[in-house]
Amino acid sequence: MRITNRKPGRTTAFLLGLLPFLGVLIAYAVASHYRRLENPADKLLPSLPDIGAAFLRMAFEADRRSGNYLLWVDTWDSLWRLGSGMIISTAIALLLGISIGFVAHARSGLAPFVATFSLIPPITILPVLFIIFGLGEVSKIMLIVIGTAPVMVRCISQAVMDIPREMIIKAETLGASVWQMVARIILPQTLPNLIAAVRLGLVPAWIFLVSAEAIASTSGLGYRIFLVRRYLAMDVILPYVAWITLLAFVIDRLLRLLSRRAFPWHHLDGDSL
Amino acid sequence: MTAAVQIRIRDLSLSYGDCLILERVNLDVEKGAFCTIVGASGCGKSSFLRLLLSQETPTGGTIELDGRPLPPEPTPDRGIVFQRYSVFPHLSVEDNLILASEFEAARWTGRFFGESRKAARETVSETLEKIGLTPARHRFPAQLSGGMQQRLAIAQALMKKPDVLLLDEPFGALDPGIRADMHELLLGLWEELSMTVFMVTHDINEAFKLGTRMLVFDRLRHDPHAPEAYGATVTYDLPLTNKRNSLPPGVEDILPTRATP
Repeated sequence: MRITNRKPGRTTAFLLGLLPFLGVLIAYAVASHYRRLENPADKLLPSLPDIGAAFLRMAFEADRRSGNYLLWVDTWDSLWRLGSGMIISTAIALLLGISIGFVAHARSGLAPFVATFSLIPPITILPVLFIIFGLGEVSKIMLIVIGTAPVMVRCISQAVMDIPREMIIKAETLGASVWQMVARIILPQTLPNLIAAVRLGLVPAWIFLVSAEAIASTSGLGYRIFLVRRYLAMDVILPYVAWITLLAFVIDRLLRLLSRRAFPWHHLDGDSL
Repeated sequence: MTAAVQIRIRDLSLSYGDCLILERVNLDVEKGAFCTIVGASGCGKSSFLRLLLSQETPTGGTIELDGRPLPPEPTPDRGIVFQRYSVFPHLSVEDNLILASEFEAARWTGRFFGESRKAARETVSETLEKIGLTPARHRFPAQLSGGMQQRLAIAQALMKKPDVLLLDEPFGALDPGIRADMHELLLGLWEELSMTVFMVTHDINEAFKLGTRMLVFDRLRHDPHAPEAYGATVTYDLPLTNKRNSLPPGVEDILPTRATP
């Protein structure tokens, strides 16, 4: 049978998915092995056990200077910033997205502005944010909001505009007011797209979070990575990168699960990523 | 049986820019009529229905409903069933049916909670039974067949007891056996509720079988150098009183196009 007509079983699919990860891991281990053959004190590609040890040290040994368990403190601070930023972005996306998508006057008034605003490279206004909001939490959260909200707004307004006109008219013939249509038709049908928009928005959100923490911060995953860079501490940087990736992956999967549980009607036809 | 004129259309026209769709449509429709609308593709029969629904604004002329000009936007006095997208995919069958009463009762949330929701769901049991969807009451529309979806759409459109029911090729996507069942359902509801029905269809047999009056839309004038210069109008207005089964002999010859089902 043609390969395009064959489907892997559950176990096969799982093992196939694991394969590239194993490939990278093995390639790293081999490269690290040969570098350390030449120089046992090599810092660029530390051995996997060294990396594991460094990760455990960050997670389960109190920092000598501050007495904190650094990995967890960093994780909490970063997730708090990321979460606050995304909650604000989500609220803005819902409010503006539904207005732009549903009300033609709001669309005329706001859509060009949002489109323009979304093209500003957010990182270029980071200095402005630091000047206005200081070096505290607000400027970092604002960077995440500015970086993610405009795209999410456009995502949501498009989703609202994609709702077939027939449904809006049907609701009108059933006696719905504008507000009732928003509450019962537009919002419920947009929420799955909102989750999709959040999942997409999280990608740049992590970038802006790490950037902001790298430039001006005293805690957070991004701060730690850029701090230990000075000592060439690849044994800390690499597990931190893996940890951030894992967090991002878990958040993404949870959101997907939420969408499937909360909006079964949206996932009735076809498989989605 | 001369019932009062319910819908009065005078010199109605519709154009998109230079493209004239409808012109000089004049029509009086009495209450309780079942008008079937046929015509070639692109002759403006769906546009005519959209004008009756106030989904579009006429370029010229007037439509009066019960002596008053038609409201400028869709209202509950005119129900609509489209070929697709008529029901709400995020609501279960029974929630699709209680939606209209929720809109009426809850001004801000548009939603029943707890006991009142349970009660509202009970009130639609009879409707569900009539349209044969009782076993599917908790399912989402995407889990229903095309025929079941359209039965739901018709029942939903009738929840506000509209004076006029507009149907835009409601059975176009259904297979012939299901279609016959839908005809029975629709005729039963029409007789029971004594409403006026406008139904656009491509199926000429369906038009003859269901209607008490058939409106044929076509372009009377045609300029080969400017095909969009003239619009369509009602070219034949056939009363179909004592028929119900087959095409009257010879009637096919006068029809501009023979639409195939």
